[in-house]
Amino acid sequence: MSETLKSLRFTLLAVVAALVVSAFIIVITDIEALGNGDFGTALSTLRTAYWGLFKGAFGSLRAISNTITGATPLLLAGLAVSSAFKAGLFNIGATGQMLAGAMTGLWVGFAFQLPPLIHVPLALIASAIGGALFGAIPGALKARTGAHEVITTIMLNGIASFTVLWLLKTEAFKREGRDDAISKFVEESARLPRLFGFMGKRIDLLAHSGFIVALLATAVFWWLLRKTTLGFEMQATGFNQEAAKYAGMRTKSLMVVSMAIAGSFAGLAGGSEVLGLYGYASATVAGDIGFDAIAVALLGRSTPIGTLVAAILFGALQAGGRQMQVDTDVPIDLIIVLRALIVMFIAAPLLVKAMFRIKGEAKSFGQTFRGWGG
Amino acid sequence: MRFELRGITKRFPGIVANDDVSLSISTGEVLALIGENGAGKSTLMNVLYGIYRPDEGELMVDGKPIHFSSPADAIAAGIGMVHQHFMLVPVMTVAENVVLGVEPTGRLGSLDIAEARRMVREVSDKYKLELDPDAVIEDLPVGVRQRVEIVKVLMRDAQIVVFDEPTAVLTPSEILEFFEIVRTLVGAGRGVIFITHKLKEALTIADRINVLRRGKVVGETAPSATNEDEIAEMMVGRAVQLVVDKHSAKPGDVMLAVRDLTVVEPDGRTVVDGVSFEVRRGEIVGVAGVQGNGQTELVEAIAGLRRAAGGSVTLAGRDITGDSPRERHVAGMAHIPEDRQKQGLVVDMSIVENLVLTRYHDPEFSSGVRMNWAGAKEKAAAMVAAYDIRTTDPSQAASTLSGGNQQKVIVARELSRDIKVAVAAQPTRGIDVGSIEYVHAQMVKERDNGVAMLVVSTELDEVMALSDRVLVMYRGKIVADLDPRTVSHMDVGLYMAGSRPTAVSS
Repeated sequence: MSETLKSLRFTLLAVVAALVVSAFIIVITDIEALGNGDFGTALSTLRTAYWGLFKGAFGSLRAISNTITGATPLLLAGLAVSSAFKAGLFNIGATGQMLAGAMTGLWVGFAFQLPPLIHVPLALIASAIGGALFGAIPGALKARTGAHEVITTIMLNGIASFTVLWLLKTEAFKREGRDDAISKFVEESARLPRLFGFMGKRIDLLAHSGFIVALLATAVFWWLLRKTTLGFEMQATGFNQEAAKYAGMRTKSLMVVSMAIAGSFAGLAGGSEVLGLYGYASATVAGDIGFDAIAVALLGRSTPIGTLVAAILFGALQAGGRQMQVDTDVPIDLIIVLRALIVMFIAAPLLVKAMFRIKGEAKSFGQTFRGWGG
Repeated sequence: MRFELRGITKRFPGIVANDDVSLSISTGEVLALIGENGAGKSTLMNVLYGIYRPDEGELMVDGKPIHFSSPADAIAAGIGMVHQHFMLVPVMTVAENVVLGVEPTGRLGSLDIAEARRMVREVSDKYKLELDPDAVIEDLPVGVRQRVEIVKVLMRDAQIVVFDEPTAVLTPSEILEFFEIVRTLVGAGRGVIFITHKLKEALTIADRINVLRRGKVVGETAPSATNEDEIAEMMVGRAVQLVVDKHSAKPGDVMLAVRDLTVVEPDGRTVVDGVSFEVRRGEIVGVAGVQGNGQTELVEAIAGLRRAAGGSVTLAGRDITGDSPRERHVAGMAHIPEDRQKQGLVVDMSIVENLVLTRYHDPEFSSGVRMNWAGAKEKAAAMVAAYDIRTTDPSQAASTLSGGNQQKVIVARELSRDIKVAVAAQPTRGIDVGSIEYVHAQMVKERDNGVAMLVVSTELDEVMALSDRVLVMYRGKIVADLDPRTVSHMDVGLYMAGSRPTAVSS
């Protein structure tokens, strides 16, 4: 209990530390004001920037919608990393698994004509299966040959990207009249309903029910870990593979199953982007989400609740960053710096300890890394 | 030279590792420092060797205070340490290892290996260590490697030599040779501190014995003035049953039969070589042997963790050679593994989770998909009570338990169900005397309940005390099948070393 609180405190302090360092960067880079020796203006830029960051994330319904839109794929892909972590596997392949899920979901989305009540779940299931199958590959490679999943997932990301590029140029997927790599639209019946659809036809509220799917997936992840034999086996394997083997657990099959579960979460992330946000797929549909998801899982210490909170935070930073750029001259790239700083402070707890003068907790160093490993 | 520790106190967060400890050692004597794991022996030696600085108290040499800020200071002051785990480079020769870090150099800084050889020979002759300077470490038996470590320490001119659990890795005959070396060292005017938890050895070799318990010196005595029971009582704080209390066995049907079992490593070495034996219901069969003679592999092959290259394992008449560990578990086999932290437990998980680690699939704890945590908690509470596992809260991580209590978790989990065969490897390694007594009692109880029990241990005393029959394993083979009531420790020791006692009346 106190250990959980301690790690929570360190996570919060890491976020605070990152905000403080970013503040310095904003002030220092406000060259115009500083050059004139006008320190007050530089400080007011800082205030406007952070206020914009907050306003853009939570200040209006549109802001909240934007936060949710950003958080949805981050949460699902974050679960893909977290769930693999719990089983002792480092899943760098969320990008590839997202692409796989995006393509299977896309295909079911445009190839069939069904009532929405069947079409939406079917397309989502297809996404999950696509991601699961693609995720199972590195699991099987590790179980069979011992190939390290970090290497294989990175390679499979490349394979997925180029396969998608190729697919998008085939007759089956290609949008008519377009020569670039862009797909057909999915049927309207396969589109995930807008979250704020009841507000009328407001086109600026992009948040879609993929977020509900992501919340359900988080609940499933929690249930898996806490209530099922499979979750128990995954965690035992993650902490201590030797002991799991001794206890009669089939650790090799578990690798494949764990990676398939992780892949299904990432597949849903790809599917929800295609079916919820875009309505079609392009080569960049996965973007950097698969990599940001690693930071989300790290920040959330691979727990279901932690991943949820971290994904919302990252979604909020993304949404707020755009507002910040509009309100001040601070570029949205600062958000990348801010996120990098958060990750750095999480990974270097001694730095946070020194900054906040926390004493006598020699153990926290190890705890942070244990959290990371499992 | 006289070395003194006065009022040493060393605190770590939440624990006082050494509490006002005073002891002294002079050249020409052997001081045994005895205590259970966690009593503070290692901390004290790390203070003496300059690795830790004490919070209170001081070190004195010949009555003058001295400060160590690193092991280099301690070495300069004449203290040498022979660690439990040797720090030698296996592919280098004895001479190369000995001079590592203090190499004699010729012109242009080249290594003067002839000088190194001469130095090794000189020290080796002086203390009768019989070392060949050109032998490569990896070809040498453990006992000889230990002598290389001793030469290293002596070459740095140590007046006081500290041995940390030096006999743990030695065969009985090597232990006798080691004692000879200690006597030679003392005869040549060196002082020896001998850290151990083996009572017999302390009584054999020491001039004085200091007993540590919970960070304090609780007794100082001499071998002539005490006995094993008394020291054990000082160590634990209460009277301890050192001899395993059991009636003679009433063996029944054969429960575990191993036939021509062979295990081959991936690199082609045969580590278990055509081993055959039987264990009957109601008897304890012990396997003695020096570590590394195939016992680990034998146990893993019986438990299903390692594939057998040949031969068979039969449990209660059923051939289980090809079965998985899970199938063997269900068929009624319990397995207490050799390394409790690496295999027996997931130390980051809770005590409850560890108590069902091998049993979570039983209908009692799960319904296939869902875990029944309420049932697991209930059963865990019962096991904690029945097996005297000292914890305030079973939902805490297993890593919070002491070694002895961790072992009790494994013993509780493995023995508290309906089993036919139990295989226990090193069941009491590194745990305190009190827990050893308890674990042994549980094993005898299971034997009397009709379980066929196989115990593998490198502690000869344990095998002899616990077993109804003793098998000796040497280089992958069973070389003797003995009755512990009629055979002497020394003779078993000879089998363990690969020779055959000549005077055995057969």
